[in-house]
Amino acid sequence: MKEAKEGFKKFGMVIDLDKCTGCGSCMVACMAENNVPFREDESDKLRSITWIRVYKLDNGKPFPDYDECYLPRPCQHCEGHGGHSPCVSVCPATATDYDMATGIVSQIYTRCFGCRYCMAACPYHARYFNWWDPIWPTGMEKMLSPNVSVRMRGVVEKCSFCYHRYQRARDQAYAEGRREIEEDEYQTACTQACPAGAITFGDLNNHNHAVYKLKKDPRAFRLLERLGTNTKVYYLSSRAWVRQAGDNRLADETTAAKSGH
Amino acid sequence: MDSALIPEGVKRAPIWQFLLAIAVVGAVLLWGVYAMLLCWIQGLNVTNMNDNYGFALWIWADLAVIALGGGAFFSGFLKYIVGKDELKNIINYAVLIGFICYSSALLILGIDVGQPLRGWFIFWHANVHSMLTEVAFCLSCYFGVLTIEFIPLILENRQLDRVRFFHHLSHNMHGIMAIFAATGAFLSFFHQGSLGGVAGVLFGRPFGFREHVLVWPWTFFLFTWSAAACGPCFTILVTKITETIARKKLVKDNVIYLLAKISGWMLLTYIIAKTIDTWYWATTTAPSMGFTLMDFYTGNSFYGIWILILEIVICGYLPALILISKKGREHPVGLWVAVILPVIGVSLNRWVMVLQVLAIPVMPFDHWALYLPSWQEVATTLLPVCYGIILVLICYRYLPIFPQERELNPIEEPPAPSEDVAGAAEDEGEEAEVEAPDQPMEPAQA
Repeated sequence: MKEAKEGFKKFGMVIDLDKCTGCGSCMVACMAENNVPFREDESDKLRSITWIRVYKLDNGKPFPDYDECYLPRPCQHCEGHGGHSPCVSVCPATATDYDMATGIVSQIYTRCFGCRYCMAACPYHARYFNWWDPIWPTGMEKMLSPNVSVRMRGVVEKCSFCYHRYQRARDQAYAEGRREIEEDEYQTACTQACPAGAITFGDLNNHNHAVYKLKKDPRAFRLLERLGTNTKVYYLSSRAWVRQAGDNRLADETTAAKSGH
Repeated sequence: MDSALIPEGVKRAPIWQFLLAIAVVGAVLLWGVYAMLLCWIQGLNVTNMNDNYGFALWIWADLAVIALGGGAFFSGFLKYIVGKDELKNIINYAVLIGFICYSSALLILGIDVGQPLRGWFIFWHANVHSMLTEVAFCLSCYFGVLTIEFIPLILENRQLDRVRFFHHLSHNMHGIMAIFAATGAFLSFFHQGSLGGVAGVLFGRPFGFREHVLVWPWTFFLFTWSAAACGPCFTILVTKITETIARKKLVKDNVIYLLAKISGWMLLTYIIAKTIDTWYWATTTAPSMGFTLMDFYTGNSFYGIWILILEIVICGYLPALILISKKGREHPVGLWVAVILPVIGVSLNRWVMVLQVLAIPVMPFDHWALYLPSWQEVATTLLPVCYGIILVLICYRYLPIFPQERELNPIEEPPAPSEDVAGAAEDEGEEAEVEAPDQPMEPAQA
């Protein structure tokens, strides 16, 4: 594994669950942006591909104490320890990689041979297998994004933090003689599509980016933090039960939510 | 009809019975081949696997047959390295069973991956951090070793042995077999272990994850240990089944009892280690991740604590205690029970380490996922079983697998028949096949 060097970026996301309405715009935008295939019957959710999936959580209490929350779950782009993400370290063909320069977990579709070990390793169900070859409705193939390759049957895919947008922004910056890109030059499709502005994206290492400050918010937590996955998606919630729902706890453990820094 | 191919001095079923058995099992095999082709042509969407169950029936079958095929490497280790010479009388069968199990495992992997034509990527783009890479390398190499161990047995066929080159090749291969047995034991240690590591390294899956010794999780050692303990039980079980079907004794009791005794001690030590591992995992590892033991066994309609009791107590301690006791392993029913239970136990262990790992929700707001295989998965899983039965039928008929068979089942010399009478009996196929008179040849195997 490569060592993280000074100046390397660590792109990440902060999702404010107090703002999320569960509208699903992020899911739609993601599918359109990344040529995510779909089928006529999408009722089997264990076989449909949604790089970012909105979960509905509730506090398990009856009315009038009932409360619910929507939680969008993209790939968490785990760093683990030294880039040993749960999925990256298990892939036998190096078809998925942790990029120390960006902190993004990539997926090389043309190298993946579909063993699905990475799916078994991911506790977030963020990885999806192409059970079918993609078939687009007539004419829709002309609407596909030319920046993202479509995937064939038998390989695994997942959220890439719209990496092609990063490449485009970086190319633009180089063309203009700049070495760095601005915060707003690289934003994911889901971030831009969220009507409530619940998703913030940027470099978690960059003091000038909004995510740098937001991740230190007292409301912040990460999913399954105690497993050591060391994710780069932070969530904000002012409700204690939501923060607790982010991790597993024993009955005798403190109910205080862990902060996610 | 085929008496010239049957080993000398042994009796075999009439050819029609043999062909009928092949035809019946072959029909099921063809069903499996059809299902396999569906998986390749239509894709894995014909299975009931899904994004929660990326690993399912096939991977379980894969791990189970590899564990059960462990009798080959451990028997070889005992005979060639430890020096238990009596085991030469069962080693051929252990190698055959191992060959069947490992070739089946490779076939299953070829069907299971989404892009089979890219299977070679695992070698070309190998990720040294992945347990599956270690599995692929060691499994392929060990299959090569098993093939080398199997070849001399094939060359002992009466007609092949007549060819001078094959006779000497077989003889010389036997002479250096200790080297391959040692290589096989070494490779097996690692691939059995790395199969255990497949689940043990999953730090995102608290049910499978185990603490590490250097780079290997505890499951690495437990898988090797359990394969060495239960593999020979499977070898004994298949031998007993073969004897029952053939209605004759093929291996002397002292050989079976020796292997049973060693298996018993291996099983007892394994199950003690497994108990300690389970205890530590339940009281330390899982709680550190926020789980109690019962979180893994409640909240669903299938996976209950009965699995742990069945695996450790009924399929672990009970057969181990029977096998280590002289009275127990020498009791006809006791021996059957004591070799069947570990086979169930190790298969159950592989099931939970593959499927229960995936069934358990890790995110607190997630749910248990249960799964039932499709008929295509069942048929494809039966395919290697049928292939194994057919290979056993063929090898038993035409190869001298059991060196003690002639001694245990002497054939009384019939009065010399005239050629016409012998030919007529053969054509009718009513008499059992007996080897044709032949010129004596020096046995190639020690």
